Amino acid sequence: MPTVSMTVNGKAVKGEVEGRTLLVEFIREHLGLTGTHVGCDTSQCGACVVHVDGKAVKSCSTLAAACDGAAVTTIEGLAKDGKLHPMQESFREHHGLQCGFCTPGMIMSAVDLVKREGKKLDEDTIRHGLEGNICRCTGYQNIVKAVQAGAEKM
Amino acid sequence: MTGTGVGASVKRKEDQRFITGKGQYTDDINLKDQTYAYFVRSPHAHATIKSINTKKAAAMPGVLGVFTGEHVKEDKIGGLICGWAITSKDGSGMKAGPHPILADGKVRYVGDHVAVVVAETKEQAKAAAALVDVKYAPLAHNVDAAKAMSTKAQVHDVAADNRVYNWSIGDEGNTAAAFKNAAHVTKLDIVNNRLIPNAMEPRAAIGSYDTGMEAYTLYTTSQNPHVARLVISAFHGLCPEHKLRVIAPDVGGGFGSKIFIYAEEVVCVWVSKRVGGRPVKWTAERTESFLADAHGRDHVTKAELATDSSGRITGLRVHTTASMGAYLSTFSSCVPTYLYATLLSGQYNIPNIYAEVDAVYTNTAPVDAYRGAGRPEATYVVERLVETAARELKMDPAEFRRKNFVTQFPHQTPVIMCYDAGDYDASLVKAQEMADVKGFAARKAASAKNGKLRGLGYSAYIEACGIAPSAAIGSLGAGVGLWESAEVRVNPVGSVEILTGSHSHGQGHETTFAQLVSDRLGVDFNNVSVVHGDTDKVQFGMGTYGSRSGAVGMHAISKALDKIEAKAKKVAAAVMEASTDDVEFKNGTFTVKGTDKKMAFGEVALAAYVAHKFNSAEIEPGLKESAFHDPANFVFPAGVHICEVEIDPDTGVTEIANYTCVDDFGNLINPMIVEGQVQGGIVQGIGQALAEGCVYDESSGQLLTGSYMDYRMPRAADVPSFNLGFTCTPCPTNPMGMKGCGEAGAIGSPPAVINAVTDALGIREIAMPATPQVVWNAVQGLKKAAE
Amino acid sequence: MENFNYHRPSKVADAVKLMKKAKDGKYLAGGHTLVPTMKQGLATPTDIIDLSGLKNAGVKVGAKSVVIQAGTTHAAVAADKGVRKAIPGLAALAGGIGDPHVRHKGTIGGSLANNDPAADYPAACLALGATIHTNARKIPADKYFTGLFSTALKDDEIITAVEFPIPKKSGYAKFPNPASLYAMVGVYVVQDGKGAARVAVTGAGPGVFRQADMEVALSKSFKADALAGIAVKPRGLNSDIHGSAAYRAHLISVMARRALAAAK
Repeated sequence: MPTVSMTVNGKAVKGEVEGRTLLVEFIREHLGLTGTHVGCDTSQCGACVVHVDGKAVKSCSTLAAACDGAAVTTIEGLAKDGKLHPMQESFREHHGLQCGFCTPGMIMSAVDLVKREGKKLDEDTIRHGLEGNICRCTGYQNIVKAVQAGAEKM
Repeated sequence: MTGTGVGASVKRKEDQRFITGKGQYTDDINLKDQTYAYFVRSPHAHATIKSINTKKAAAMPGVLGVFTGEHVKEDKIGGLICGWAITSKDGSGMKAGPHPILADGKVRYVGDHVAVVVAETKEQAKAAAALVDVKYAPLAHNVDAAKAMSTKAQVHDVAADNRVYNWSIGDEGNTAAAFKNAAHVTKLDIVNNRLIPNAMEPRAAIGSYDTGMEAYTLYTTSQNPHVARLVISAFHGLCPEHKLRVIAPDVGGGFGSKIFIYAEEVVCVWVSKRVGGRPVKWTAERTESFLADAHGRDHVTKAELATDSSGRITGLRVHTTASMGAYLSTFSSCVPTYLYATLLSGQYNIPNIYAEVDAVYTNTAPVDAYRGAGRPEATYVVERLVETAARELKMDPAEFRRKNFVTQFPHQTPVIMCYDAGDYDASLVKAQEMADVKGFAARKAASAKNGKLRGLGYSAYIEACGIAPSAAIGSLGAGVGLWESAEVRVNPVGSVEILTGSHSHGQGHETTFAQLVSDRLGVDFNNVSVVHGDTDKVQFGMGTYGSRSGAVGMHAISKALDKIEAKAKKVAAAVMEASTDDVEFKNGTFTVKGTDKKMAFGEVALAAYVAHKFNSAEIEPGLKESAFHDPANFVFPAGVHICEVEIDPDTGVTEIANYTCVDDFGNLINPMIVEGQVQGGIVQGIGQALAEGCVYDESSGQLLTGSYMDYRMPRAADVPSFNLGFTCTPCPTNPMGMKGCGEAGAIGSPPAVINAVTDALGIREIAMPATPQVVWNAVQGLKKAAE
Repeated sequence: MENFNYHRPSKVADAVKLMKKAKDGKYLAGGHTLVPTMKQGLATPTDIIDLSGLKNAGVKVGAKSVVIQAGTTHAAVAADKGVRKAIPGLAALAGGIGDPHVRHKGTIGGSLANNDPAADYPAACLALGATIHTNARKIPADKYFTGLFSTALKDDEIITAVEFPIPKKSGYAKFPNPASLYAMVGVYVVQDGKGAARVAVTGAGPGVFRQADMEVALSKSFKADALAGIAVKPRGLNSDIHGSAAYRAHLISVMARRALAAAK
């Protein structure tokens, strides 16, 4: 069985995995970080989005073994020193979540979007930037608002 | 309004855990010595099971057991039930076929649960499940509701023509007379497309059996854990209720699909004893959600509307065939009857209504309540008819509606419902202003210049929620009462816990319920918490669906608060040496009339618990009260949606150009949350109108839309931001004056969208979902007609 | 998902060796197509040879061509200043593949090796007349795409780079499948330095193909008007719950016009 070492939320971790172990399984089951969710089997819904080496990816379609040596950030690693990330704060402020299941993936995607597109985001850019994340509760309107406002504070 | 009281857009308490990844959904929970279940499902739409050989599977590494229908019978575990008995027009009872938790000799839809493998890991369970050798003999199948009564494929022995019931409501004779005397009759054939709910959290369950306590625990993705416990105890016969604890932790969306008691959760808790009490966990793969979650809608309807020469509606007549799928799910039978046909009067004064409903079996997943449950189907029928009638009569669709609005309240419709309050015109006026209907012609012309087709559609919906007066529904066949319970526990330091039978799966109860309590008791919002979702903690509850948690759940809390206040007044009177009648309570302070004596709520709470200052023979120590509330009536949210679309005739793509919605939900507890509910509902309705459709292949019976690769979920770029507004006629039957808001968006939107699409194309009818292909076909039809 | 042996070689030669040794091996690039396929049990390889260890990402823009290393992600191609300047249509195509997460993982080599009939890159390769470089040879695009999920690649052959001649103008337009966001119809139009036009269509058929009538017309005049008389025939095109063959045929014309409008 391959052994993988990676940095998850700034902490060095190591574990034995099978070839088929997905990054999301490693995160949820080996590390007990259950904030990253699985909402589909076909890499469409985006509930599993984490950052690998600074880039948003779908952890349900990424092999854990392939992340050997990588730096991974999950929703649990976004707040620093007990202070919420501006994007997290903004989702609460603008009611960008209801059931909360898609929220970690949405927030991770939103942070990535700001990294790519900058802090001034128009509605169209945000809506297209979230095409890899599905939410069934909010109708997206407040997510868009949250991302727009959160981006400015990043 | 600012602050944290009723009416303020308070930020949600529950968000802290969700935005930091600390939510606890069922799949996030892992118990000691946990095992994993994987279900063997039917690959056939309809087949007899000739044999099941589990030997190879059982011999696989890590496998603890392979269980089939034989084991279910051995342990005498009862089948899944349908909790609402519908009586047919001819007086006969509904034809409920058996619904075993694992197949008994037959499978009736693709995805039907045949066997289960329990193993040490989920990979082992899945690998072994692939080796369970089931020999099937395929039978004729039918997936189409419209063909159910004429097909040779008989789904259940009890229903020779696949008809579950033939039910009617209203006066057939008077309605026929109204049509005979009508100046104009508008007829439509309407299909309400089948939908797959797709809460983002797939269903999951962990069952365990404690061999020491001889008791079961079930963690499950449920909107109503107490109902699950009741059914699993009483009907599946697993154990008495006090030996089963059901916990529904954070639930990642439901939309109705998590109301029902499903085979998988019953199996998990049942087989845990068979594997020595070890916890058995199952989490649906998304494909299983598509195959085996209860679906929604699926109506085929013939509808007609009669009008007199002045444009007044004189009659409405409907025949609907409603697919129930292959089995009757928990509440399926009431959806196309009492939740549907009772709303066929819409916002209108219609003197004669007659509706007949055939519920039929098909070889498809069971169909049950999905956001709106019956009311979207009714609204779609009424609002498509009304819009079409107005166009045929060459009347402005808004004026035609206005002319026929109910304006006097209470208003008794011919189909059971008694509307208690409303001002439909107020919402219409406001919506027209907000949508700038006056400027539409100019916008249409501008679109035409760009080669685009622009259309505008109305929908004036009404719905009945806050389900429901128990005696009334009992007389109509319901197997349960639909009251709600609450307990308010005031702690000695003055903080408050509310135990409620409602259960949030995204609605924000932890916030809104705390707002009510904070307001009523003058206790800091942060000192109020909500306890729900655990049958060992909460006394009882009927759960959250049918937009009932506010109107019914909060009303129960309000009643308990009345008792708290009365009791606290007694304590305060004793401590302040005054008569209880002279004690007044306001803004969290007890005062004695005509004196300057006062006590803060917290002081009274402490006094109640230390019990030093009163005679315990007269006043019991402590401050904790509970209440069960049974609603006096449904509540009737109503409103107007105006949708403006722009269609690209080259591709058939429909864009929502503008969307306005004005709702009357009575008083709002938390406008931010209400708006969120409406926005989400509208997108689900737009999804139904333009994108989502469950497709079974007619020849093979296979589900063609079994993943997000083929089932189109609305995404962020598919919809715009909406203009939302509110009007207010307070509901007279609850002290908050509120009406439910959870489903209205999904109820009102589909006809607004389709009315806009047909307006843009200048056609009478178009099927939902009006996908680009469907719209493009319509455009080709227009071109041909023009040639 | 069934288990497999996982390898991450750092040299192409080692990767090929591993593949030869494997009973049923598969190369893995970004994985956002292959991993879901394996999860659904539609592929059950004994060995996965992950090519990410080869670290062959990057773009070289020359005077006449753009060479993109096989391991370059869609996001990197979309953002590359050289590609955006030399072949803006190609950069735009890369920026519209899948969703942002897919673009962070998916690579041009992976996309071309898989040759999904609804993938975007095959249209660009075929229309631009790209050359696929492998560890063994150079394959012209016209000979590379051989059908549904099939290519001229041998089982152990690895794409190392893709070379695109710089055209005078090119553009891409796609009509995404409403559910999956893959191309239901994607059309890439090219006008080369000599004024000759090439048009490639993806998503509409069992594999990427060139549209000869349009090429003839556009070689005369590289404008949407030139397409006026051309009716694409539905025969042989895909037909499914999202779109009939007739609808797809129509969309080919519409997307061709839009690709022309977008061409730079």
